[in-house]
This record gives sequence, C-alpha cells and structure tokens, in this order.
Amino acid sequence: MTSTYEPNVVLSEKQFDVIGTRPIRHDGADKVTGRAKYGADFQTSDLLYGKMLRSPHAHAKIKSIDTSAAERLDGVRAVVTSKDFPAATEDKIIKLGEGAANVRYLKEAVMARDKVLHRGHPVAGVAAINPHIAEEATKLIKVEYELLKPVLTAPEALEEDAPILHDDLRTGGFGGKSGDKPTNLENHVQYIKGDVEKGFAEADLVIERDFNTSTVHQGYIEPHNFTAHWNTDGRIHIWCSTQGPFEIRDGTAEILDLSESEVQTTPMEIGGGFGGKFSPYGAPIMAMLSKKTGHPVKIVWTRTEEFESTGPTPGSYVKVKMGATKEGKITAAKAYLAYEAGAYPGGMVDPGAQCVFAPYDIENAHVDGLDVCVNKPKTAAYRAPGATNAEFASETVVDELAEKLGFDPIEFRLMNAAKKGTRRVDGPIFPRIGLVEVLEAMKNHPHSNTPLDGPNKGRGVAVGFWFNAGESSSATISVNSDGTVGLTEGSPDIGGTRTSLSMQAAEVLGIPVEDVHPTVVGTDEIGYTMGTGGSRVTFATGWAAHEAAQDVKQQMIKRAATIWEVNSDSVEMDKGVLKSKEDPSLKMTFKKLAGELTDTGGPIMGRGTVNPKGVGGAFAGNIVDVEVDPETGKVDILRFTCVQDAGKAIHPSYVEGQMQGGSVQGIGWGLNEEFSMTADGRMTNSTLLDYRMPIAMDLPMIDTVIVETANPGHPFGVRGVGEVSIIPPPAALANAINQAIGVRMDRLPMNPTAIMEACWSK
Amino acid sequence: MPAKTYVKSKINGEDTEFLVEPRQSLLEALRDVLQLTGSKEGCNDGNCGACTVMLDGRIVTSCLVLAVESNDSEITTIEGIAGPEGLHPIQQAFLENAALQCGICTPGFIVASKALLDREPNPTEDRIRFWLANNLCRCTGYDKIVRAVLDASQKMQVATK
Repeated sequence: MTSTYEPNVVLSEKQFDVIGTRPIRHDGADKVTGRAKYGADFQTSDLLYGKMLRSPHAHAKIKSIDTSAAERLDGVRAVVTSKDFPAATEDKIIKLGEGAANVRYLKEAVMARDKVLHRGHPVAGVAAINPHIAEEATKLIKVEYELLKPVLTAPEALEEDAPILHDDLRTGGFGGKSGDKPTNLENHVQYIKGDVEKGFAEADLVIERDFNTSTVHQGYIEPHNFTAHWNTDGRIHIWCSTQGPFEIRDGTAEILDLSESEVQTTPMEIGGGFGGKFSPYGAPIMAMLSKKTGHPVKIVWTRTEEFESTGPTPGSYVKVKMGATKEGKITAAKAYLAYEAGAYPGGMVDPGAQCVFAPYDIENAHVDGLDVCVNKPKTAAYRAPGATNAEFASETVVDELAEKLGFDPIEFRLMNAAKKGTRRVDGPIFPRIGLVEVLEAMKNHPHSNTPLDGPNKGRGVAVGFWFNAGESSSATISVNSDGTVGLTEGSPDIGGTRTSLSMQAAEVLGIPVEDVHPTVVGTDEIGYTMGTGGSRVTFATGWAAHEAAQDVKQQMIKRAATIWEVNSDSVEMDKGVLKSKEDPSLKMTFKKLAGELTDTGGPIMGRGTVNPKGVGGAFAGNIVDVEVDPETGKVDILRFTCVQDAGKAIHPSYVEGQMQGGSVQGIGWGLNEEFSMTADGRMTNSTLLDYRMPIAMDLPMIDTVIVETANPGHPFGVRGVGEVSIIPPPAALANAINQAIGVRMDRLPMNPTAIMEACWSK
Repeated sequence: MPAKTYVKSKINGEDTEFLVEPRQSLLEALRDVLQLTGSKEGCNDGNCGACTVMLDGRIVTSCLVLAVESNDSEITTIEGIAGPEGLHPIQQAFLENAALQCGICTPGFIVASKALLDREPNPTEDRIRFWLANNLCRCTGYDKIVRAVLDASQKMQVATK
C-alpha cells in the first residue's frame, strides 16, 4: 500500500460495465411518492382488525382467563387464547432462517399457556370490525395471575436461588443436555485453543476487565404487521412485512401443526428489520382469528408492543482477559460471556463467543459463552447478533494493552491481525480476508493524520469481525420481446437489493441495469430463499441472479446458433451482442434476438438456485473523534470514519448506506440506547421519545472507505456488507472517551450518567 | 359505537369530504378512510415523524391531530408532492443520493424537507439536521438524507435563477 490516500481501496483487477456504478434503484419512484405498499398498507375485502391482550407482569402463572365480556362487545367477531391453538409438543428442533428453533418454545412464545414469562407476553387475541373496538375488547378480558418473582439479567439468573423460568430446562451445549436441576442456563459453549495459562505466563502485561451492556432494540421505524386469511379450502395466506417470507411460512405452519405448503406468505415492502423481523409473532394468531370468523384479519403492533414483545438484542456481562509481550505480541486471551436469551432458549452468545477474538492471531485462548433465560422478550438477531457485545469488550482491552505497552492502537492491531491461514479460536481457518487492508486504510486515512487539539477531546479506533451468511436462494429471469428482462426473486428488499441483484444479472447479460425489471415474490412463486439477513442477499440471491442470467445467456446462444444453423459452441455473447466466433457476418444484439424468440422456438426463461459455501467474512474499522463535556458527561461526536471490506461493492452508494446505518446504530448502542427496567420487569422507556435513538442533530457526516479484497467464493467477489459496521462503534467511542478524559468505560450505554459516575470513581 | 362526524378539507388540492369517528386521528383518516397510505405510522405518539404532513402551511405529525380538527383546512401529504410533470426535485435528489434504504421514513422526510426548503431555500447542514430532528431514520445514519436535501436546495436555486 502506498501512503497516498484513495477514497476507496479497490484491489480488484477486474473491470465491469454495470457493477460498481450507482444507478437509481428500481423501487425508488414508488418509495419517494408514498406508493410503495408496506404491510400496514395492505387492504382486502371483508377485513377485520386484530388486537392483542398482553401480560402486564414479567413473571406469573395464569390461573384463569375469562373472555366472555369481550366476546359480547358489539363489533367483536372472535377471541382466541392458547386453548384455541394446537397443544405444545415435546422438543422439536427445526431450521428457521439462519438458526434453529424449538417448535415447543415457538408455540409458547407466540401465545402464553400456563405461565407468562415477560411483560408483553401475548395472552389473548381479538378480532373486531375496527381496531378501536378490538382494543376496547381486550380490556374486557379478565385474567387472574399468580405473581412470581422475575429475574432480569444474566448474572442474576445464574445465581443459585434465582427464580426459574422453565422448570424442565436443562443446560444444552457440549452435544447434549446436562444437569438434573432446573436452571436458567440454556446453553453453554466453549472454545479452547492452545494453552491459555502458558500464554498468560509468557505475557509481560495482562489486563482483565469486566463489562456490562444493556438490552437494546433493533428500532426499525415500521412496526410489525400481519394480515392472515384462513381460506375455506384450508390454506392460509399471510401478507406481512418480513425479512423472511419462508421463515414466516414455516414457523406459522409448525405452530399450527400444518404442512408448510398449507401456508402461503406474500411479502409486502418492509420498513426496516435489522434481524428483528423473522419471527411469526402475530401471523398464527391472525390466522386463528381468521379461521374463527371466516374473514381476513389484520394487526399492526404499537411501538410499545415492539419494545415489550419483539426483539430485543441481549444485554450482557462479559469478562475479558488478554496478555501481550512488551514487543507487542498478544500471547493469550480469555473471555467469559453471559448473555440474556430472553424468555425462551435460543440466544445469541455462540456467535459472540466465536467473534470475540476473531480479528487477532492468538495462539492461546479460552472462551466460555452462556445463554441465560431472563424475564424479557425472547431475543432476536440484531445486525451481527452477539458480536457487538463481545467485541466491545475485547476491543477495549486490546486498546488498553496497546496504550500501556506504548504502541499506536492501529499499529498494535496490525501486528496481531488475523489473515489468510489464521486459525480462529473457534476452529475455522480464515480464507482470504481483508483485515490488514482495512487497518492500512485506517492508518493512511486523513482522519488518522489530522491533529485533534483541545481539552476533553479524544480519538479512538476499533475493528470488528462478522461471518456473513450464504444459504439457499432462488431467482428466475424471463426475456421480454423488447430486449428487457424480468427478474423474479424471493429476498425482501430492505435496502436496495432489487438493484444490486439486477446489476449482477445485467453484468452477465451485457444489458443496461434499467433493462432489468426486478420483482420480489412470495413463497408460492419462487424456490426456497432464506430471509434477508446475515448480509446474504447481494451475496447469495445475487449469485442466484447471476446463475439465472448465465442460463438465459446459454439459451440465447443456442437460439442464435439454431437461427444461423451453426454449432452453438461457435457462438458467444459479449456485452449484449451475440456473434459467431468463426463468421464475422453472423452478429445480432441481445435485443434483436429477444424480439424473434416467439417464432424461433418460443420464450426463454433462466433459473438460478444456489446454496453457496464460499461465504466471505467481513471486517470493519472506525476512527472516531469525540468531545466530552466534563460537567454533564455528554459525548459529542466530532468526526466519524468507517472503513469496511465489502469484497466487491456492487452498488457503492448502498454499500456506503449499510456502513453509515450500521455505524449509527452502533453509536446509539454505545452512547444512549437501553431498556430501562423496573425491578418488577417493566420497561419504563417504551416510546421513541424515551428510548432515544440517534437523530440527525446528534451526528456528523459518516465518512466511508470501501475496501475491496475480493471474496474468491463469489463470482463477482462479494462478501456481504449489512452487518459488520455495527460492531466497532461502541469500542471506538469508549477508546476515544478514554483519550479525552482518561477513563476506561466498562458499560453500555456510555450516557452522561455512566460517564459522570466513571469520572467520580476515578 | 360513536357517531361519525362530517369533515371537509382540501387534500392535495382537491376538496375532500369524509366521515370519521371523533377518536380517529388525521393519520387514520388519511390511511384507512381515504386510502392515502403514503403517510406512515411508526409510533402513533408524535416521535418518529413518519406521518408528517402539511396542515395549513405548518408541518404536523398527523398521528397527533384528530381528523375532526382538520375540517376546513388545507392538507398536503406525500401523495401531493410530485406533479403530473414528474417528481419534485427533493424526491429526485433522494433517489440520486441513495437517501433511502427501507423507505418507510422517506415520505415524512420528504414532506418535512419540502417545508424547510419552501421557507429557507439555502439551509446549512446544521440547519437541516436541526429541522429534521423530529424525523427518525434507522437505516441511513442520516448522512445521505442530509446530502440529498443540500443537493435539492442547490438544484432548486439554480432552477429559479
């Protein structure tokens, strides 16, 4: 690398016609005019409106439910409780989206049976002729509870005499269930590499720190919504805003004891998800209300229901110990992570445990990860789930090692950086990755080389690693007679992916991206496509679009050969022109041939189905300047730079958008966001006024540098860009705060209260 | 069930009559009675700005206005921003600057941005960030939205010269 600064670091040698350009997105006109139809905008004839009754208690036994008064209210059409749903089964693990789910817990989470396990746990559902009447009816339902003591954090839930959420829960992990006593510890993972005690003995400096992070929410602006119709032919049709139409189909079918094909999901436009919009939640309840009434039934969650009954992502306790030599080599690392799983098993600690030391080449390491049930909503994925908590802790300790050993923080990270061939603590060996390139770009960035003067100001850096995902995707392409094509795919477009997929198809076909018309369709209309998560759409569904375009290309070549009466091996297609390799007079544009398909053998459609294995992991790094007000503890961000390895940026504007959006979510997590809970398990800040997410006024521009170290596992080198940018901000901010005022922060959020308390106890 | 009230107002330039229950918000009337679903509900308590509309020249969060209060008023929603000649320059700037990801907050941002540029054709970055502080976006980190409004401001001034 040279020391001259390039806005983006492009290491790919390949030249593309469409990829790397910045076209206007295909769904843009609908989205800036208000025409795009999101789930809450869905209307159909005979529609009824649903409302949920939810538990006001965090932990209680349900003694009785009396729905008779609600049923008698004028305008009410049906009421459902758990007795209307198929009984809970024994443990049954199914694949659902990126992870696995236990059907038994899915059933109980969607509608409480004997016990409520968090405030907001659904207890009954009502269908009425309008949402106001449905809401009135929920207030007429009488529920008798026997209150139990709640437990709200992982360390408390692990105590010997802690209240137990599930009497029959035993600890999973290590390949089975262990223990004969009731516990809240639902999973324990452990990763060991080398000899950690030997490694600490070799170190000249060992630092051990404890960290606590608050529960936070994905905070998408569009609340969950579900419309369901249980048709007289026995099939259920669901319209909703979801990251995963197939996950909604499969989850709903399991909860209702149906076969997956008895449920059809049509994805509407989606107003943000960040990992939080995969669960069926209200879909099976609306379906059951529809079965009882014969009408389609629609529900839209309130914001408070979002906070109390969806998401969140885990609060955590993390202890990290790391040692290094005075020459700057990290010799050993140890981590203990205890994460909130929420009310049901299936938490996020495992990816956290796998990521905690992933940026570094460390010979000796030991990681324990514990997922713990607590009386909060079942946690859901949130952008690199589990990694932010873990890497906040490790990146703070790495920074302190560098500081105390006298190394520049970027240089220290470079000296220990993981690269191709490094074995991660959790086992896998890294293929080609771009951490060194990210760190070099950070080092060479003008931000790193601009002096920061004045009191109470500081600069911090941090990096983060996330795996990204592959998994199944499907796409088809049909050729229109005017030379345009229709691209049909199954990935809900949450941030411009219609266009990033169309660009890959256009590149293969040699046509303008404006000539590709993409449509996102539902579960009856396309092959299985895992949901929009894991940074996977541009990678995996993009690959499916690439395959479908290759299929079209081959068929077009054959058709031209048929028309020209030559062997198809002698025909090629390049930049949208078909030509004979042997006879220069045989030449025809894609567009011209498209107009002749009907009379020369019929229409052409291509298909692509993939389950790619060559997933490319991603690294991001931040440089951030802050100013801390010593009197109030408020942190202002003066400058923020995000550097990220995209592999290949298909549409750079939307890559930057992912980097900026993830960075700002990380900033919110770092500085301000938290579930403020009372001792009895009530969230006191369940509105968007009090759960204070970053607003425009809080922030500077978020500068971006896209690094491109092509992923050898994708036709265009794509790694996926959606998640990793959320990881480094909390640690980068903590490290900047330390530079500004000389305190090492050990909890999130680092709000004014936390900063002042840290200053006073210095 | 409460009796419905007759409301007549001018919405996006058209005289519009409708019936609402007294408890229904303007947002509900727009979305559920008039099928103008471009205004979005994100919080129903005035904190996200996704339902922002113009009411008699002021920007309001329509979830905090009762529909009956809008009688005899002039309302502009996102559906009234583009004309038969095409997109408004702010809408075009949002597209060209990739200032939306999921798009759910976009109608509110565009209505609020238009209200700003109608009053102050040449705002600074700080002024834009202050003005848009009542509109939440969780996808973009605001960077490209602020750039889009700056871009639209420049293009609109060139167009009027």
